[in-house]
Amino acid sequence: MRLVEQFELGLAAPICLTWELTYACNLACVHCLSSSGRRDPRELTTAECREVIDTLERMQVFYVNIGGGEPTVRPDFWELVDYATGHHVGVKFSTNGIRIDPGVARRLAASDYVDVQISLDGATAEVNDAVRGAGSYATATAAMRNLAAAGFRGFKLSVVVTRHNVGQLDELKALADAYRAQLRLTRLRPSGRGADTWPELHPTAAQQRQLYDWLSARGEQVLTGDSFFHLAPFGEPLPGLNLCGAGRVVCLIDPVGDVYACPFAIHENFLAGSVRQPGGFQAVWRDSALFAELRRPQSGGACGSCQFFDSCRGGCMAAKFFTGLPLDGPDPECAAGHGAAALQAADPAAAPRPAPDHSHRGPVRGQAGPVPVTILSRPPARACDESPLAGFAGRGEPAAALRSG
Amino acid sequence: MSTNAGGCGADPAFDLDRPWCVDERVAVRPEPFGALLYHFGTRRLSFLKNTTVLEVVRSLAEHRTARSACLAAGVGAAALPAYERALATLAASQMIRQRAGSESAGP
Repeated sequence: MRLVEQFELGLAAPICLTWELTYACNLACVHCLSSSGRRDPRELTTAECREVIDTLERMQVFYVNIGGGEPTVRPDFWELVDYATGHHVGVKFSTNGIRIDPGVARRLAASDYVDVQISLDGATAEVNDAVRGAGSYATATAAMRNLAAAGFRGFKLSVVVTRHNVGQLDELKALADAYRAQLRLTRLRPSGRGADTWPELHPTAAQQRQLYDWLSARGEQVLTGDSFFHLAPFGEPLPGLNLCGAGRVVCLIDPVGDVYACPFAIHENFLAGSVRQPGGFQAVWRDSALFAELRRPQSGGACGSCQFFDSCRGGCMAAKFFTGLPLDGPDPECAAGHGAAALQAADPAAAPRPAPDHSHRGPVRGQAGPVPVTILSRPPARACDESPLAGFAGRGEPAAALRSG
Repeated sequence: MSTNAGGCGADPAFDLDRPWCVDERVAVRPEPFGALLYHFGTRRLSFLKNTTVLEVVRSLAEHRTARSACLAAGVGAAALPAYERALATLAASQMIRQRAGSESAGP
């Protein structure tokens, strides 16, 4: 059996676990995958977070991808990072940079067990701030300057690819290089507030091809979180496992402790349980009926007869779900062109709505309102941060190497 | 860094007849298909695709040579080259490292 097929049957513990620590955020990105803004009063306490970390240590979850919201605004954020790394759970956290001052940058640079991912969705303030809010480009670049000055090598510059920044890929790579960071590109999903902005923000069919060619030419120099596997029909698969990891190798713990199949699937249909229930996270991962279903062999449905099914595996579950497409049919951005027709046939009004919604109710950082549907877009802030599966190299040998990211 | 497990020759830096061990910064998690390895320093993952190679890797530190670890795990002559390549892949990605002579070889 191929390794990918083994992975589809599920693992003893996730490889790629995203843990959103808070719904609170100083920004109001129009594409926020978790509709963040306001803290939820039911968020896990410090003690509960420590219990989660104890569980992850027992399960040998090697590292967590911490996000939010803006995780660093939690008063106990650094305490939890220290607790995790002290318990053999590495941390990679996504931030808009708001708390990465020179002192914090020095501290981060000194730890082997903490990685940082700065979110930025344009190579220029104009393109970025239209999505992430006024001043957010300046905040992110100041954070990168601080990290570089502190000697932090190889932190991640994480970009959600949109219709408006896909023409800036070379500039984004140059920006990452300038700060000695590694560029990470991820896919915009119609999740969270992204459900409203995806139609105007997602790359056009021609841009998808351009993106595929650009990524193919760069191989492992650019991380993707394995999020562009739906583009595999364009040619050779991109580095990565090229499968939907939801509930199999990936899952999400949200700020109130709810466990979802994937960070892009915050909806009751993909809710597997809660870390607050008896047995905690381990029981959810092991026993959830939803996860058992996701780990069952999938037929491929309408995609099953497509010559490209083996390479794209039907694409992204969340992208299909929130655009109102059947889960066993083509991805809305299907590289073979089947998505466009499917979208035309679907009723947008019938598409499931992302929930819950913690969006700000008033203006934030120069943006017009909670969901500023302005000119641009909204890509999911840190895409499948999840999938540390880029860089898959081996075939048919007893061992294979991957790079996280 | 990418590793190529498909080549015919082992990495010249890997010597089956030297003592090896799992790097201290590596965690090994058994899985139904074999195991997952994670290196906290390089932040890379590797897969062990069967339980025999897992047994070899786990017992490296107890043997004077990697070859002896393979033999003890029941790897036959025909399969040995594939295991040598797998170990070379792990060495190239720093998952395993050469053990100094002073480090005990166990019983």
